[in-house]
Amino acid sequence: MSNSLEAAVGRKIWSPSRGKQNLKRRGVSSWIVFASVILISLVWLFPLWMALVNAVKTPVDFLHHGPLALPRHIFLNSIKAFWTDVNFPQKLMNSFLVSFFVALFGVAISFLTAFAIGIGKIRGRYFILGLFMVVFTVPQESLVFPLYRLSQQVHLFNSIWVLVIIFSVIYSAFGTYMLSVVMGSFPTEILEAAKVDGASPRRILWNIVLPIVRPTMFALGTFFFVWVWNEYLIPLVLLADNANQTVSLSLGVTSGQYTSDPTTQAAAALLGIIPSVIFYLIFQRTLSRGVTLGAVK
Amino acid sequence: MSTATVVSERQKRKNRNQRDGRASYYWYTIPGILAFAAVIGYPLFKNVKTSFYKWNGYGTPRYIGWKNYVDLYHDQTFWVSFAHAAEFIAAMSLIPTVLGLLFGALIFDFISPYFGQGWTTFVRASLFMPQIIPITVISILWNWLLSPNTGVFNTVLKSVGIHNPPNWLGNSHTAVLAISIMLIWIQIGYTVTIFITGMGRIDPALHEAASLDGATWWQRFRVITLSQLAPEISIVILTTAVAAIKIFAPVQIMTGGGPGTSTYVPAFFSYFNFFTTQKVGYGSAIATVLMILLSIFSIALFRFQNRKGADL
Repeated sequence: MSNSLEAAVGRKIWSPSRGKQNLKRRGVSSWIVFASVILISLVWLFPLWMALVNAVKTPVDFLHHGPLALPRHIFLNSIKAFWTDVNFPQKLMNSFLVSFFVALFGVAISFLTAFAIGIGKIRGRYFILGLFMVVFTVPQESLVFPLYRLSQQVHLFNSIWVLVIIFSVIYSAFGTYMLSVVMGSFPTEILEAAKVDGASPRRILWNIVLPIVRPTMFALGTFFFVWVWNEYLIPLVLLADNANQTVSLSLGVTSGQYTSDPTTQAAAALLGIIPSVIFYLIFQRTLSRGVTLGAVK
Repeated sequence: MSTATVVSERQKRKNRNQRDGRASYYWYTIPGILAFAAVIGYPLFKNVKTSFYKWNGYGTPRYIGWKNYVDLYHDQTFWVSFAHAAEFIAAMSLIPTVLGLLFGALIFDFISPYFGQGWTTFVRASLFMPQIIPITVISILWNWLLSPNTGVFNTVLKSVGIHNPPNWLGNSHTAVLAISIMLIWIQIGYTVTIFITGMGRIDPALHEAASLDGATWWQRFRVITLSQLAPEISIVILTTAVAAIKIFAPVQIMTGGGPGTSTYVPAFFSYFNFFTTQKVGYGSAIATVLMILLSIFSIALFRFQNRKGADL
């Protein structure tokens, strides 16, 4: 596990090629494959391209030339209109706050529990981990109604903080598993040496474990950030007030109003796509590694 | 004498444990376990309990035993929901696994060695893009792509001479298919990424030896790549099947379960009972069935991941 995890967290994964310098000689078959794969990639990008093209088209242009044509000129009013209609900056801020704090608290909880399991080797650690993994796959439907009632009882209903609490805990199930595995593969000599020197668990945590697992924690935080950004059901149930909604939720619930207005629909989709694409471009390596992190060992 | 040694050994170990302060590590689990109990444990328990009551969400719940489950068993919509979930397993799990293996092998064996890192990155990023966009955004995007008159799909179909293209989401025969196409589009990025990573793990000597023996690419793919990727394939099928059974947002946003019940899925069916018809007990029973089903998957997954025994 440690090997593949290093591979997953480390830098090897990103380079499946055998080096750019000495490419193989291209035959006919390789060109055929190349053409088909590039075609597939373009087909995959096509829906996003359509959102872009039609978001900057005038409604009249759309009516006359359809969705496939390029815009006659760049028209930003649909985007601006949707931006102000749904108060998009506010939605971005809500999403950002929820995602940021879930990343922070989720990783913190994971770290503490994983420390007891991976370094402390407490008894019952397999049971705790197994339980967490099972709980992580529990459908949110089986939590949502009690959470809805509970949040009303503790007066956190309709607050973004209720999302911060709920998702920090749900995700920490996954985070605890990942960090436990990383910590479990720590060289025991270092830890033994520290213990012989009389280091307390707290010192081991701060001075030895934390600096080493920091990159993994950062990667986890990045995944948590994206996961929360994309959540729908629990925000849908717990955030009734428009002013508290996140980007995903707000787009999900307002889209129905624009079905007769195709360019605004495209603009809405584009505005939803842009923050994620920017985030992906910044954290590309971490995110695509993250896909494999939980899955394969 | 031997007993004495054992005792002293045990004593020593005990002393060492105390000196290490192994017990003091338990303190670090407290925030996690308390938070878990409150945010997940309690609601889960409450949900299971509610499934034995008749309740509209605010009045006094009335205990009715197994009645909700018996009703579920006789409820056509419940079975229809699971039938759709099975179709979505094909769209999110099986088809993306097959296509992911194929695309992944083509990228790994052709694009990367013949055309270099730049093109590889471009192809992988293009396929991966749908994975990072929120599912709600994808749903509204595809709602728009699939719209009957001005949508991109039907515009393309009309331009190639199909004059009467379907109203994809508005027709009970095509709605599941339309959502399935979208799910395939989303999922390929996940399967390709995992499989390419796995292919990097395969010893290149295997492929080289087979090549020297005159094996074609297809033969090497079938014999070497597929068998070497067996662990990845199992994990991908399990994780994507879990995701497919949980599907909610696309259905709620794109079709609202309709037309009729033609796109109902278990998650949507329970949500519908919770918040639309306010049959909370019944909704809880659906959620409980879903939870049990998914737990079986996740236990399988956990056992599979720990088949060699993670050394913690």
